[in-house]
Parts: sequence; structure tokens; C-alpha cells
Amino acid sequence: MAMLEVNDIHTYYGNIHALKGISLTVEEGEIVTLIGANGAGKTTTLRTISGLLTPREGSISYLGKDIVGTPAHKLVYEKMAMVPEGRGVFAKLSVMENLEMGSYSRDDKDGIARDLERVFALFPRLKEREKQVAGTLSGGEQQMLATGRAMMASPRLLMLDEPSMGLAPVLVDAVFDAIVEINKEGTTILLVEQNALMALSIANRGYVLQTGQIVLHDDAAELKNNEMVQKAYLGMD
Amino acid sequence: MQERIKQIDFLGLILWVFRTAIIVAMLWGTIATVMDNPYSAKAWTDTIVAGIAQGSLYALIAIGYTLVYGVLFMINFAHGEFFMSGIMTATIFIAQPMSASGYLDRHPIIGLLIIAVVTMLVSIGIAILTERVAYRPLRGAPRLVPLITAIGASFFWQYFFQGLYGSEVKPFPQTDILTGKINIGGVEILKTQVIVIIVTVLMLIGLYFFVVKTKTGKSIRAAAENKDVARLMGIDVDRAITLTFTMGAAMAGIAGVLYALVFRQIHFFMGFFPGIKAFTAAVLGGIGSIPGAALGGLFLGIFESVGPGLFLEGLGVPSPHQLKDVIAFTMLVLVLIFRPQGILGEALAEEKA
Ligand SMILES: Nc1ncnc2c1ncn2[C@@H]1O[C@H](COP(=O)(O)OP(=O)(O)OP(=O)(O)O)[C@@H](O)[C@H]1O
Ligand SMILES: [Mg+2]
Repeated sequence: MAMLEVNDIHTYYGNIHALKGISLTVEEGEIVTLIGANGAGKTTTLRTISGLLTPREGSISYLGKDIVGTPAHKLVYEKMAMVPEGRGVFAKLSVMENLEMGSYSRDDKDGIARDLERVFALFPRLKEREKQVAGTLSGGEQQMLATGRAMMASPRLLMLDEPSMGLAPVLVDAVFDAIVEINKEGTTILLVEQNALMALSIANRGYVLQTGQIVLHDDAAELKNNEMVQKAYLGMD
Repeated sequence: MQERIKQIDFLGLILWVFRTAIIVAMLWGTIATVMDNPYSAKAWTDTIVAGIAQGSLYALIAIGYTLVYGVLFMINFAHGEFFMSGIMTATIFIAQPMSASGYLDRHPIIGLLIIAVVTMLVSIGIAILTERVAYRPLRGAPRLVPLITAIGASFFWQYFFQGLYGSEVKPFPQTDILTGKINIGGVEILKTQVIVIIVTVLMLIGLYFFVVKTKTGKSIRAAAENKDVARLMGIDVDRAITLTFTMGAAMAGIAGVLYALVFRQIHFFMGFFPGIKAFTAAVLGGIGSIPGAALGGLFLGIFESVGPGLFLEGLGVPSPHQLKDVIAFTMLVLVLIFRPQGILGEALAEEKA
């Protein structure tokens, strides 16, 4: 059984039918990416899985449990974490306090300390800025913090919403390296990206989303060679 | 375009004239008062101490406005009623019977502690009930809706407690240990004022510690910044909001006890003016900021107390002390003209859901 199984979900914003029957699966240990143009429904998909939105139809099962209707703040306890679009660091809290909030759902002091070490090893910059207020970090540092904060929940499934947004190419590389590293250490990844080339180069499989529907699904390598994907998302003619 | 620039300049000029006029009047009044020297040094000290005590009460109440605003972006106009309901109930069911039976004279400290605990519990209960029944269902609504609901809730509780306990003024029993003055460094200060100031400082330190140092306090600050992200961390945002109301109501409850010790009178309408003043203090300090609320309260209390004698006496205004509210609100206008975000407020906080 897959770790995450999303089955034909429909999500609405009022009357706006944003997701029109999305189905996808993520197996334990994989990196799966969800690509698509602006407004395709990528963020809505992640928000629905994480419990911030409730689908009107369809089912979502995570680790064998039906999670539709489970509020977001309870899913963290099931070891699901998300790095939201636009990073969403707590600007007025310090770097350290942000990381502490990341481990809000946990009581195991030793485990938390170990994960803090892991985060600092992956992003040494955060350790240097431990006491700094997060709002004054650079965009790249905020992305590291948001990622590190999600790691502090020690998630089995980590969802990231456009981690490369607004970052300089060097930093994009660093962020993707970090994602691969986190995956190697045993965390399953569901990655939403507009930077399709980068996403497909680290993912096992990919889904292509268009106006609320999945239009393509394949191995990442196949998608990279797909003519339509190349045209629409990789900027090739 | 030309038109507009002219208009803005015109408005700027009026504001400038207004500011200058107020400041000149204040300076003029101050100089005239100082030259004239109508009050003794002791009178000034008394006035300042009274101002600090009054400001402490404002500060305690203002915390509630600022906390709720920080998390919900809503002005909780029923907050004055949280202040009133606790001490009303505790006066009638605890303080008066305790006094009649002589218990309060025999064990004043335990008695007052019991009164304080009951007051806080009632204030907290009313606050949680109001939030749960009147505010929570409207959480997604446009901002004007909860604002009007809050005004409605304020009236509801006023009439409710008027109906329950009657509209006459009720005496709060006196205790011997808090009667009279105490000499601190050569200055005679009313014991009640000393208690007000000490308790306020302790409450503020406690609140600071809770909000800044504890995990729950941090989770409340996180929820105040971004509710969805807070949820992703595992924070139960509804619970954080309930806690926020609880903290504000606990502070208001204690303010009610202190108010009763100082003024010794309780009635159903007692929440209105302190509520409005504390709200003013919160805006003055920068609404959403906890140190701002404390500072704004203190500032307002001192200004209100010292201001009439200092600024108005010298200007030859008859009976200046009746005009303390004018001073208070002039201060508000003045501070907001120079610093729209309040003394410690941040430049317009970003919109949050
Ligand atoms: N809060 C909202 N209220 C109403 N409509 C919304 C809301 N959020 C998103 N939508 C609509 O839902 C659709 C999907 O939006 P979504 O944010 O999921 O897209 P996305 O794929 O993440 O886009 P982007 O790449 O720009 O982040 C869009 O048409 C959008 O306009
Ligand atoms: Mg998006």
C-alpha cells in the first residue's frame, strides 16, 4: 500500500472549483513532484492533503488511514509536514523559536536535540543566526529555515511548495541538494515546483497538473523527454 | 493631479498648525504653572503616584485589548465587561459575606486571595463564553462584523449583570491592613496604591515570562502571526485563541480587584470608562504590542493625573481637574498624529486572516 493515496478529490473555494478530481500516490521513500503552470491547483492540492482545506468529494489515505476531515494540526502528529508556499516563517520569532515551533508536536527531548543537530548540519547558516528574528533573514535563509522547521517535526512525508521561488540559481541548487539529502535520510518527499527541470531531475516520478486536473503522470525521466512537458514547462521548442 | 498635491499640502498645513498649537499651549501652560507654583512638592508627588497607580490599572486592562487584537485583529469592546463581571460577582458572593462574617478582618490576606481567584475565574469564564458563543462563529466574517458583535456583547453583559445584581452602587469592603498610608523613602503613599503598583508589576512580569519563554506562549505568538502555518506546526489555533482570551481576562480580573481596593465601589457600568481608557492606552502604546499596552497605560495614567494641573492650571482654565479626560484623548490624538502606529507599534502590520 502506498504511503499517500489521493483519490479523485474535488476542492472548492466557495463556488470556484479548484481541484476537479485529482488522484495521485506517493510510495514510501520516493521523491514525487507535482508540476504545472500558475493557478493549476498545486498549492490547493498540498493544502488539501495537509488538512488546511477539506475536499468536497474524494478520499485521501495516509499510512493506511483515511485523513479527510482530520484537521491540519492533528496530521503533524501523524508525521506529515509541509513547507508552505512563500515559506511562512514566523517573522517576529527568532530562528531558534521557529525551529522550536517545528517540533511543537513532539515530546522526545533527545530526538528533538538530534534533529536540531541534523538541521544545523544541513544549514549551518541557521546556526549562525540562531537568535536573529526570522523576518530579517534573506529569502534564501528563510527557505532554509522553513525547510529546517518542517524537518523538526521529523516527518515521514514532507511536502514542499515551490521551495525555489524567488531564489538565485546558486541557492536553488543548495535547496535541491538539501531536499535530496533529506530524502536519503529516509523522508518521503512530495515536491511542488514551477522549476520543472530541477524538480524532474531529482524526482522519481512526476504528475503534471493543468486547471485542476492531472493531465500526465510518468517516471521523471520520461516526463523530461515528453514533448508536451518540454514545450509547456521546460521552455523548449 | 495638481489639485491633489495642493489638497495634501493644505491638510499637512492644518495638521502642522494643530500640532504646533497644542504643543505651544502645553509648553505655555507648563511654564505658567511652574512660575506660578500653585502646588507643593508633596501635592505633585501625590499626583504622580496616583497617576502611576491609575496607569497600572489601565495597563492591566489594556493587555487584554492588545492580546486579542494581536491574534484576531479585532477590537474586543466587551473587554471592559470581563473586567466588571469578575469583581461584581466576587464582591457580592465572596467579599461582602466574608466582611459581614468578620472573616475578612481576621484573615485579610487569605480573604483577598480568595476574592482575587474567584474574580479571575469569573472574568475568564465570561471571556471564554463570549469568545465561544459570539466571536468564534464569525471568525471568517468581514472585520466589521465581529466589531459590532463585540459592542453587542458588551451591552449584553452590562444588562445581564444589571439584571442579576441590580443597578445600585455596591460597596466593596475595606480591610484594615490596606487602610492608610505607608512611608516609602520619605514619601507617604496610600497602601492601596502600593498594592496596585506591586501587583501590576508582578502580573506583567508573569505575563512576559509566559509569552516569551514558554512553549505555549510561543505557540500563541506563532498563531498570532500566521494561523495556517501555526496549524501546520501542530498548534491548535482555537485553543491558542481561547488561551489569549483567558490571559486577557485574568489580567482584567486582577485589575477589577485592584480597582475595588482603590475605589471601594462596584457597579454594573464600571467597565465602560476604564475599558475605553485602556483601549486608548493600548492604541497609544501600539495595539498588538504587549509592552506597548503596559507603557501606554502608564503614560495615560500619569498624563491624566499630572496633565490638568501642569498644562491647564497655568493657562487659567477654571477647574482643570474636570478636564482630565480631555487631556487623555488629546494625548491620544497627538501621539497618533506623530506616530500613527502608537509608541511601540510596528508600522502597519501586514494583513492576516
Ligand atoms: N483563497 C482562494 N480563494 C479563491 N480562489 C482561490 C484561492 N486560492 C486559490 N484560488 C484559485 O484556485 C486555483 C488554483 O490555485 P493554486 O494556488 O492552487 O494554484 P497553484 O498551482 O499553486 O499556482 P501558483 O503556481 O501560482 O502558486 C486558481 O485558479 C486560484 O485562482
Ligand atoms: Mg501555488
